[in-house]
Amino acid sequence: MHVALKLVSQRLALGLLLLFMVSALIFAGTNILPGDVAQSILGQSATPEALANLREELGLNEPALNRYFSWLGGVLQGDLGTALTSGQDIAESMGKRLSNTLFLAMWAAIISVPLAVFLGLVAVRFRDRWPDKLISGVTLASISIPEFLIGYVLMYFIGVKLGWAPTVATIYDGMSLGEKLQTIALPVAVLTLVVLAHMMRMTRAAILNVMQSAYIETAELKGLTMFLIIWKHAFPNSIAPIVNVVMLNLAYLVVGVVVIEVVFTYPGMGQYLVDHVSKRDLPVVQASGLVFAAVYIGLNMVADIVAILSNPRLRHPK
Amino acid sequence: MSESLLKVRDLKIGATVYPPGEKPHDIEIVHGVSFDLEKGKVLGLIGESGAGKSTIGLASMAYGRGGVEITGGEVWVNGRDILKTPLQDVRSLRGGEVTYVSQSAAASFNPAKKIMDQVIEASVRHGKFSRKDAEARAIELFARLGLPDPETIGNRYPHQVSGGQLQRCMTALALCPEPDLVVFDEPTTALDVTTQIEVLMAIKEAIRDTGVAALYITHDLAVVAQVSDDILVLKMGDMVEYGSVDQIINAPREEYTRALVSVRSIDHKEKEPTSEPVLKVENITARYRGTNFDVLHDVNVELHPGQTLAVVGESGSGKSTLARVITGLLPPKEGSIHFAGRDLSAALGGRSREDLRELQMIYQMADVAMNPRQTVGTIIGRPLEFYFGLRGAQKRKRIVELLDEIEMGIEFIDRYPAELSGGQKQRVCIARALAAKPKMIICDEVTSALDPLVADGILKLLLNLQKIEDVAYLFITHDLATVKAIADSIAVMYQGEVVRYGGKTEVLSPPFDDYTDLLLSSVPEMKLGWLEEVIANRKMESAGN
Repeated sequence: MHVALKLVSQRLALGLLLLFMVSALIFAGTNILPGDVAQSILGQSATPEALANLREELGLNEPALNRYFSWLGGVLQGDLGTALTSGQDIAESMGKRLSNTLFLAMWAAIISVPLAVFLGLVAVRFRDRWPDKLISGVTLASISIPEFLIGYVLMYFIGVKLGWAPTVATIYDGMSLGEKLQTIALPVAVLTLVVLAHMMRMTRAAILNVMQSAYIETAELKGLTMFLIIWKHAFPNSIAPIVNVVMLNLAYLVVGVVVIEVVFTYPGMGQYLVDHVSKRDLPVVQASGLVFAAVYIGLNMVADIVAILSNPRLRHPK
Repeated sequence: MSESLLKVRDLKIGATVYPPGEKPHDIEIVHGVSFDLEKGKVLGLIGESGAGKSTIGLASMAYGRGGVEITGGEVWVNGRDILKTPLQDVRSLRGGEVTYVSQSAAASFNPAKKIMDQVIEASVRHGKFSRKDAEARAIELFARLGLPDPETIGNRYPHQVSGGQLQRCMTALALCPEPDLVVFDEPTTALDVTTQIEVLMAIKEAIRDTGVAALYITHDLAVVAQVSDDILVLKMGDMVEYGSVDQIINAPREEYTRALVSVRSIDHKEKEPTSEPVLKVENITARYRGTNFDVLHDVNVELHPGQTLAVVGESGSGKSTLARVITGLLPPKEGSIHFAGRDLSAALGGRSREDLRELQMIYQMADVAMNPRQTVGTIIGRPLEFYFGLRGAQKRKRIVELLDEIEMGIEFIDRYPAELSGGQKQRVCIARALAAKPKMIICDEVTSALDPLVADGILKLLLNLQKIEDVAYLFITHDLATVKAIADSIAVMYQGEVVRYGGKTEVLSPPFDDYTDLLLSSVPEMKLGWLEEVIANRKMESAGN
């Protein structure tokens, strides 16, 4: 079989195995918490009989292993269970939230990834001169400030003082794309500022590393301009590490937006999770954990696969 | 006299150095060099490492590598001083009027791009040719340089062709934009000797056919004698001698040039085999784990006490694998090793401390074979402690004796490897091996990374030590000149087999098998017209077949 194909299928298989292991961990983790679902539903004042009845009804007296596999079986068929607090189907209510989160993450990524790579290229081109220092300084400052603080600061100046964007980013069905984009402008800006530095620094470091190579000297001795050298000769060889960091940050945009969603009251996965953790709605917490893990593993798998495919030795074996 | 293409006057080049523990400071590495090169001529720049020859070559493109900076003088190309030309114009010179062929094509080609794209890039970018014309020209050059499948080889990626082929692709890259001058920077040094001669022929013919001028940089005078019209000898950034190739080779004026011309003139008489060999390798067949082909096939060699067996072959011939089998790093599939009258365990773990002591090793890269944070004294002292339990004054006394034997004084005892030259580092490695009082030392390409004169010194030292200590050497090398200088018996290896084996005189005398003949006739000789002779001979032979 083709080498690259073999490696890619190995990565896919490993990703699935990892996801399976994570599902076991999530299940085990939520099960060793004190109390159980029946206790959570009925509260502190529940009578022992009522608890026993509810446990019987929910199947909580089954051995843990059985419960795990029936949960996993449901998940594999797209049934994430029912929320205890609202009685709603989790898959349905979470689907809406997830698509909102992905919408926000996508727009943050569309802006931040090209911007980060471009700034990285500029930083390399003007290495150790003022544009490099300015870019590094600003991006590092923005990553160092807690994101909720940036959120509130932007909210105050851009939202309140200037009135350019709404401070509450609640979107709902029936909004046009333009309205939605205007609504999420502030959270997208904050997220961009948060993930920019990491990706930009990695782009810079990866390209600088490649710039030491002999083939860069060859390109210089061909009389190419510095920007052409960076773009045509250095960048194609630094794709793997850059994609790695980009994927980590994309995963963060999906999984780590809890704070931003709460700050801007955005109806996404983060808020959904926070709400249900505070209500001890374990099936929802389990399902959210699994979805977050799947996103994380999936994106990292994509990074691995891109790294494999960007290696000409694997793509074109001898 | 025709118009000079390249005129260099009083060129001075400086660099910033960062010595450990000191403040960075500027030094001058080229001190006022002047020369002329006419259209269609070839000037050889020759010298040892640190002579500044690559630096001067790159200066003809107004380029300084790393922290190197051109500090003074003039470099005129086609009638303009390129040191005073703005960067945009220098860019059109680089890759257009003047092009560059580096030592390692493998590193100088971008691994992520197809060969064709890289070969024609400069021509297209400088507007010399349209993409289509440039591709046609590249294909023509590939064919002229003797590359296989010239029509399609450009569609491959660099890792898909061999080192010798890639070096020729690099030559095509340099010739593609029809430059006036090509800088060849050690273009054949990294190649096997049989590949080197092919590339050398290709370069020579390409220079002749296209009428391009060239600066040919190398440390190997025998090579440069084959391609140059004039030679400039450099030492530590100074001009030593500048003259026609005939004058430099046949009537060198300077002491240093004479030393370079007569290098490898060690006269070593081969010794007769003794009754009992110290090492007997019998029917060794070996393969690496996870592979399904043998890298050694039924190898049989003997080494006698106090003598040298040279194992010679090109990369991939299995000579280093043989060393790994003998040292126990790679247990063989079949066969056995007898050493000093006993059977050696195949695996390293099964060998006694005495086995380890009596069989020592010296490596090609002396600087990575030593701990950079240990002093010379610690490095040499370690085997004295480990094998003989020497401590304190006794140990120190022995270290001083060993330093004396390798012709380095007591003042080196507290120095670190970074403070030593390449030759001195290799000497310390030799002392470390000798400290164990071995019966046999495996020398794996120990002089390959060294300049010819330094290598000569190491070989003389090794021969001298052999007389004093009666130690046997298994000497692995690809360099036949080294073999001639030190061997008592020779094993020629090719694709994992010993194709020729015996006493030195016997192995190096006709009749030869095909491979040994090819190998021996490919070693450049220090005489004018040698390359043409070999080309003519080979053409005759292939016509005869």
